[in-house]
Amino acid sequence: MITTSGLTKVYRSRGREVTALDGVDLHVREGEVYGVIGQSGAGKSSLIRCVNLLERPTAGTVTVAGQDLTALAGRGPRAGKALREARSRIGMVFQHFNLLSSRTVQDNVELPLEILGVSGKERSRKALELLDLVGLSDKAKAYPAQLSGGQKQRVGIARALAGDPKVLLSDEATSALDPETTRSILQLLRDLNQQLGLTVLLITHEMDVVKSICDSAALMEKGRIIESGTVSELLATPGSELAAALFPVSGDATGDDRTVVDVTFHGESATQPVISQLSRTYNIDISILGAAMDTVAGKQVGRMRIELPGRYEDNVVPIGFLREQGLQIDVQGQEPVLLKEGAK
Amino acid sequence: MTWSEMQPLLSQACWDTLYMVGWSTLIAIVGGLPLGVLLVLTDKGGLLQNTVLNKVIGQIVNVARSMPFIILMVALMGFTRWITGTTIGREAAIVPLAIGAIPFFARLVETAVREVDGGLVEAVQAMGGNTWTVVRKVLVPESLPSLISSATTTVVALIGYSAMAGTVGAGGLGDIAIRYGYQRFETGLMWITVAILAVVISVIQFAGDYAARGLHRRGGRSGSAPKLRFLRTETTSVGDTPAAIPAQATEADRAPAAEVTKVP
Repeated sequence: MITTSGLTKVYRSRGREVTALDGVDLHVREGEVYGVIGQSGAGKSSLIRCVNLLERPTAGTVTVAGQDLTALAGRGPRAGKALREARSRIGMVFQHFNLLSSRTVQDNVELPLEILGVSGKERSRKALELLDLVGLSDKAKAYPAQLSGGQKQRVGIARALAGDPKVLLSDEATSALDPETTRSILQLLRDLNQQLGLTVLLITHEMDVVKSICDSAALMEKGRIIESGTVSELLATPGSELAAALFPVSGDATGDDRTVVDVTFHGESATQPVISQLSRTYNIDISILGAAMDTVAGKQVGRMRIELPGRYEDNVVPIGFLREQGLQIDVQGQEPVLLKEGAK
Repeated sequence: MTWSEMQPLLSQACWDTLYMVGWSTLIAIVGGLPLGVLLVLTDKGGLLQNTVLNKVIGQIVNVARSMPFIILMVALMGFTRWITGTTIGREAAIVPLAIGAIPFFARLVETAVREVDGGLVEAVQAMGGNTWTVVRKVLVPESLPSLISSATTTVVALIGYSAMAGTVGAGGLGDIAIRYGYQRFETGLMWITVAILAVVISVIQFAGDYAARGLHRRGGRSGSAPKLRFLRTETTSVGDTPAAIPAQATEADRAPAAEVTKVP
């Protein structure tokens, strides 16, 4: 649905060049929620602004719903008619909501329809319908200043949906909200994704956002995408930074001659009594340093950090046993060089 | 001079002043608003970025603003005659008044429009709006409270200028004060004109502030509330309370301000 290839953005100011995006290839499938995560300055904002060409990429192409937007953009800095029409079919929600304070909630939702030239009656019908969808039908006549942060973002979402978009871009939509409100907004996005078949591309710096609603995710660092894939693929990728960040387990080795192993269970393997089998088969004492169970992308996933006596060389056979059980094993301190290839 | 002699003189003068100020304000707004918006749009990073045009407009505005009004009036005499056919009278005074006020208002508009949050512009662009839509739906409506304050300031400045225009026989309160009050030693009349001017200016300032605040109240968070000139207390800072606080609490906090606004 959204494809970027070789997307590059270089900012020039006073002779200095800052590369915000360095050849980003992104592929968002139709109907999925795709999260791009990274720290501030990683280039997330530039990326999402390049998708609807609020920022002109220096190089590379952006295709949304089969339409090459970079080709529509033309040379000049101003957006031509074709690009503006394409933009009206891409919804966008913002971190700071960006609602017009001089307009009521309903008039804010009607704004994109005014731009599209929809008649007055039709506009208010559509706006009320959308406000109902986001659960704010009683606030139609209120001004944004009278709403709470979560309510403002709901208005922002209703406004983004006014042009019947197939794609919704979310620029840190929950970053200015408290955890409780964040959950309700994410739930709303998830519902919209399922009910309307909306494709959502969101950027965030909060792992929880990715964990709770994303089907796929990408990790950005210094203008590049380091890892990407569906969340379950990422979790199944040994050595995946994103998986480790999504699902952290902690605990340090108790001594030098110990081997620390992270075991990730998902699906079938979660039900097998592997640890006691391992202990009985090889007659070794296993201590558990840390463990967690969680639901990621709607699936139960467990992660456990265990410690085996002896160095890695002494534990090759037990670790092999664990791998045979269909578990995903990350040995701490051992570079999973060969397996990292699988992430690409 | 008795009141019966002064009265027709003063009422004619009041009318003349309002006539000159009214028309020149109208022209200043019609001319200054687009100019001010254009100054923002053509500036670096603006939607219609055009450094050359921006510099040219900026310079013209600066030159026009730096000229003392009395000099401007004389300098524009040829132009005034060309427009109105005369250089004397209230119609003739409107020309230099308006031309003096356009750049003045334009600068105020520029400041007001610059305050509008860039995120709103971005939001409208993301909806597929063009530059004209941004101006019409975002820049002007969102800065309206500040624009009203700017217009008020312009009107007050124009009343001051119109007194000077009295010297070219434009009539008005300033003219009365000079010719009767000063040159004929009618001190009483002079004080009356001064008092009338003070009242007129107060009323205009008050009406402007009231309108700006009324608009601002519903708007809430964009920019800081324009302060009432009559209030030295910092009650207006309460206007920026976070949205989470219910409207009633905000109203209660504003009660002192609301009481004062009812006085006239």
